[in-house]
Amino acid sequence: MKIIILGAGQVGSSLAASLVSEDNDITVVDTDAAKLAALQDRYDLRTLVGHAAHPSVLREAGIDDAELLVAVTLSDETNLVACKLAATLFHVPRRIARIRSPDYLAAPDLFTPANFAVDLAISPEQEITTYLRRLIDYPEALQVVDFADGRIRMVAVKARHGGPLVGHELRSLRQRLPDLDARVAAIYRRDRALVPKGITVVEDGDEVFFLAATENIRAVMKQMRRADASVRRVMIAGGGNIGARLAADLESDYSVKLIERSKARAQQLAEQLADTLVLNGEATDEELLLLENVEDIDVFCALTNDDEDNIMASLLAKQLGAHKVIALINRSSYVDLLQGGAIDIALSPAHASIGPLLTHIRRGDMVKVHSLRHGAAEAMEAVVHGDARTSKLIGRAIDAIALPEGVTIGAVARGDRVLMAHHDVVIEAEDHVILFVPNKQLIPKVEKLFQAGSAAA
Amino acid sequence: MRKLAPVLNVLGKMVMLLAMTMLFPLLVSDLTDDGASRAFHWGMAITFLSGLAMTLATMGVRRELTPRDGYLLASLTWIVLTGFAALPLLVQLPALSFTDAYFEAMSGLSTTGATVLVGLDGLPHSINLWRHQLNWMGGMGIIVLAVAIFPLLGVGGMQLFKAETPGPMKESKLTPRITETAKNLYLVYVLITVACILALMAVGLDWYEATCHAFAAMGLGGFSTHDASVGFFDSPAVEGVLIVFMLVAGMNFTTHFLAFRSRSLRSYLADVEAKAFLTLVLGSCLLASLYIWLVEVYPSFWTALRHVSFNLVSIATDCGFVSTDYNQWPIVVPLWMLFLSCVAVSSGSTGGGIKMIRTLVTFQQALREMSKQIHPAMVQSVRLGRHVIENRVVFAVQSFVLLYVTTVVGLTFVLLATGLEPVSALSAILATINNAGPGLNVVGPAGNFSPLTDFQTWVCTFSMLAGRLELFTLFVLFTPRFWAK
Repeated sequence: MKIIILGAGQVGSSLAASLVSEDNDITVVDTDAAKLAALQDRYDLRTLVGHAAHPSVLREAGIDDAELLVAVTLSDETNLVACKLAATLFHVPRRIARIRSPDYLAAPDLFTPANFAVDLAISPEQEITTYLRRLIDYPEALQVVDFADGRIRMVAVKARHGGPLVGHELRSLRQRLPDLDARVAAIYRRDRALVPKGITVVEDGDEVFFLAATENIRAVMKQMRRADASVRRVMIAGGGNIGARLAADLESDYSVKLIERSKARAQQLAEQLADTLVLNGEATDEELLLLENVEDIDVFCALTNDDEDNIMASLLAKQLGAHKVIALINRSSYVDLLQGGAIDIALSPAHASIGPLLTHIRRGDMVKVHSLRHGAAEAMEAVVHGDARTSKLIGRAIDAIALPEGVTIGAVARGDRVLMAHHDVVIEAEDHVILFVPNKQLIPKVEKLFQAGSAAA
Repeated sequence: MRKLAPVLNVLGKMVMLLAMTMLFPLLVSDLTDDGASRAFHWGMAITFLSGLAMTLATMGVRRELTPRDGYLLASLTWIVLTGFAALPLLVQLPALSFTDAYFEAMSGLSTTGATVLVGLDGLPHSINLWRHQLNWMGGMGIIVLAVAIFPLLGVGGMQLFKAETPGPMKESKLTPRITETAKNLYLVYVLITVACILALMAVGLDWYEATCHAFAAMGLGGFSTHDASVGFFDSPAVEGVLIVFMLVAGMNFTTHFLAFRSRSLRSYLADVEAKAFLTLVLGSCLLASLYIWLVEVYPSFWTALRHVSFNLVSIATDCGFVSTDYNQWPIVVPLWMLFLSCVAVSSGSTGGGIKMIRTLVTFQQALREMSKQIHPAMVQSVRLGRHVIENRVVFAVQSFVLLYVTTVVGLTFVLLATGLEPVSALSAILATINNAGPGLNVVGPAGNFSPLTDFQTWVCTFSMLAGRLELFTLFVLFTPRFWAK
């Protein structure tokens, strides 16, 4: 697919990185030549220096035959205008804009074809905030993602000695929790995926992905490891866009301290946030952390825009006694290096926020796509269309469906009902199927399953 | 002189405006034939001609008013207009000294409500009406009235408006044009006043007494047509109506206006100041009533509640009506009432004192300083409800409170030096600087300010003026920098 990405900031770069690996032709436009040069050095894509909302620049970027425009500059206005231009002047079939201001998001009419012609408005900061919020709500989890409008959640959790299920077969989960239904979608043991079967024995250190109705998540999680003390105190390092949003989201439910380096920004945050304690200082300042009782902090989130600062601050906080530390880390090599060591969760903003975009560009009718395990795996919610003749799914029981190796169906949402995917559940038209895809290479095959027409062909 | 000319030019217009407002008592005097029409004929003629002369003499040097002119004009307006407002009293009551007449007029315009006159019941209707009308005009502000009527004040209008309107944040306008804002405020003011008059008539007062007391209640002035003040009526219904309207007048009129415009009560919920004001005043009513009942001043709780509520609300809102001699109560309650008069009412109301918003900001700032001891790196903003108070405003508020306390202490010492006993001295200054009305002991609810010497009267007059103009507007004139070229 020919894709034009406007903006080579954090969001644009990470987008480019993940799309380029999926066999797309990508052109990145930005006014900052240095950022573009860095991108071009690392990835196989084309770059162009210029203003992202000028028709001449867009034309030069090859917009005339582009299939997708992704406008992710820092300016909402530039993104909106670029989408409008792409629709009216260049007839680009699909347009995605990054919109940061809640003011614009509150007026969905703005995005209709008659107006700014935005097919999808994404807000990466909001995605990351939601992601972090889930991790704070479920402190034992590595990742929590929603399906079926929040009725089902998939949770990744590290199994630990002390969890009743650890050392036992998966099928014993039924006897342990007879009143609720849960499905284990995947198990990673020493970073290798196992296909979970009833007789699979859960071991200490396994990364278990399971699906359950939202209200049952905690009960299932307790089977995998002893519950941590509930979270009350959160400290956030870095009052940028993400830090500020997270603080605003958390402050009514948790006691929140936020450390911001810039005095002016700290002042601004103190005005925005009514119940957050805003501190002006360096998150890597040991004395400041001690003075603010970092040893009593339940979750420490390092969210500045500097990887090294985040790593150092969270290592320091952990050493000084913070119970759980989360660090935002852009460089994927660092992420792989640090996750699960002294840093409890190393979060890559690119992967945490790419879900809505993936949902949009995947073929087939996708409702939700979540990137898991730093982009290596995916979980998706897809709608089954067609009838028994045209679809490979409809009318078949789950164990009769030919799924690519390793792919599992975790649950089915049918109307208002949620069915956990037992082997005898029969798929009907318009069902929402929730799948776990352990490996990105399998995605085209999965997409094909959900394209009704291709089955007939 | 060249510098003062533009100020005098506008001042002349203000004086002429004041002359016009004498038409109302003149009309009443003619209709009721109360024998005071001569006072208003002379008063109007002298006032109007003086204003006209001032304006004509300075015609040639008209220019836009600067902020400095604004302060000077506001202060001069109050000083000069008070003098002219005293004219009808001087003409009608030949025995009255200029000191006392000026005090009475200042007490009226500044909405203090303290009086030096004895035998109010026997005064001609029109003279009493004039006194109450001064209360009413001074409540919303004589300059605000001028701004509403004279669009020609133009840009300078905002300056004047700011110099007269109470409260720390005067930049917020209700409408793009200051004239419109002033008009809207007066519109709301008039409507509520009419409601008050009708309510008072419904509980048995005649049109004259209803109008006078409604004027005094809405302006939070507290003049009465009787020496015994509201105690004369001895009617719980009258007291009840007045309590309600005093509380209404103690809230920010901007809030009333927003409620009128949107036809909903939502603006009251968003008004942090009004909530704090009502909580403090009504809470104090209950506690003080309980106390007064327990120490057996009154045999029943309900009698205690009735008398405490009326007098406490009256003093706390800086109105100054009296229904009983509360000086006889244990000192803690009257002193608490005077204390409330310093802090309780909202900015943008017709009351006086520090204003609730400044009280809250000062309190929040103190809390912030305390948290700062625990978290030295903390950055916190002072906030009221959802609003963030800028540091600039916090500093201004603190300076105001400091200046206020200094002024109270300073003027109290001046009165002490003249030989007044301490409780009378302190209460006289608090009652006048807050524009509340009666103090305690000598100047207490059973008496009035007439026993004071001329010098003491002038000190109290100054205190009223300083309080009504919220100190800064007046005091800035005493700084050398103001007059520096």
